[in-house]
Amino acid sequence: MQASNWQALKAVMQRDLMVVMRRRSDVLNPLLFVLMVVTLFPLAVGPGPDILGRIAAGVIWVAALLSALLGSERLFREDYLDGTLEQMTLQPQPLPLLAFGKMAVHWLLSGLPLVILAPLCALLLKLPMAGWWALVATLLVGTPILSAITAIGAALTVSLGRGGALLSLLLLPLFIPLLIFASGAVEAALVGTEAWPQVLLLAGLSLLTLLLAPFAVAASIRVSVN
Amino acid sequence: MSTLLSVSQLASQRAGRTLFADLRFAVKSGDLLHIEGVNGAGKSTLLRALVGLVELQEGTVEFFPEQNELAENWRAHVLFMGHKAAVKTELTAIENVELLAELGGVSNVDTWDLLETVGLIGLEDLPAGQLSAGQQRRIALTRLWFSEAPLWILDEPFTALDTFGIELLHTKFAQHIAGGGAIILTSHQPLSWQGAQFKRIRITGADDAGF
Repeated sequence: MQASNWQALKAVMQRDLMVVMRRRSDVLNPLLFVLMVVTLFPLAVGPGPDILGRIAAGVIWVAALLSALLGSERLFREDYLDGTLEQMTLQPQPLPLLAFGKMAVHWLLSGLPLVILAPLCALLLKLPMAGWWALVATLLVGTPILSAITAIGAALTVSLGRGGALLSLLLLPLFIPLLIFASGAVEAALVGTEAWPQVLLLAGLSLLTLLLAPFAVAASIRVSVN
Repeated sequence: MSTLLSVSQLASQRAGRTLFADLRFAVKSGDLLHIEGVNGAGKSTLLRALVGLVELQEGTVEFFPEQNELAENWRAHVLFMGHKAAVKTELTAIENVELLAELGGVSNVDTWDLLETVGLIGLEDLPAGQLSAGQQRRIALTRLWFSEAPLWILDEPFTALDTFGIELLHTKFAQHIAGGGAIILTSHQPLSWQGAQFKRIRITGADDAGF
């Protein structure tokens, strides 16, 4: 007898969710980091709305990228050390599917909270109302890309012991297009032009990444447990 | 008697050293194959190579060569347990067993019954991280009780177990073999096996590995 693909995916996701719920600091730390950056900026550059409002989207996105790097090392670390990763590759179900499950949980606990926090961050940085929806939209379609690319890097470096610095070097360049399009979209919304093209482009990128990343993560896991 | 595994001309090198070469053997139902060797001889590498966790330099590994429907999906019919227990330290014993069963595709597992069998009653709602190495091992070993895989590949299954645990495992092995299953294992414990189909492979770490 064998678990159906759906059953195995559910079990993998459930396990990750339960584990993270017992270690809440892993979820809260990156979010607190974003909140801290966002609250410190007005103190540092002055509370004038003209400067703050202009840089708000950029600050929030940079904080989001860096917070993604913060927790990235831990994504597969425990699973690698306790043998869970090894057993995952031996499951009869396709490994990319199970890898997708892990990515999905990562997004649920790091990307989605950011989207929810975004209006608060926008408020703290006095982002003009015109840019709010664009900020939320770019975070909603952009954070899955963050989770997917982080998962690829984390799976590749998990067997290296202290791969943290290498991982950041590996991931940051890949985040740059995301940063450019996302802040471009908010900028466009602020000056009153169409932000849709950038948001749709990001959505397309997001779909493409979600489609291909599970295979890259699966291949990386196989290399790492070897 | 069906063949569960057939291996031919298996060779592996690690760090420029030949661990084994031209290794060939077959495992039939009812077999217990004990792989022996000193530390670092390549026992774990051999077991990991069988299930594809280590890339083979040479040779072929064929699971269920006579049963096509099993061979196509051999991962569902082979149970591998490595050095690492794959037990989540944050989760309780009962949660670990439930998730292992779900991943194994077994829906109606009596978790309490299983935990009682392996002697973990009373500890079932503690995070596994607070349990001893042997107790964590027992959580992982519950897989043997609900698994329906005919072939078990176990790397040092007795590690960290006390005499009661070892005895329990021996009984389980006998049961599995009597039911037509087969086991490949490494162990530094001397195995006192009564069955006729007890085989040994000794890996010496040199080029002359074989029976």
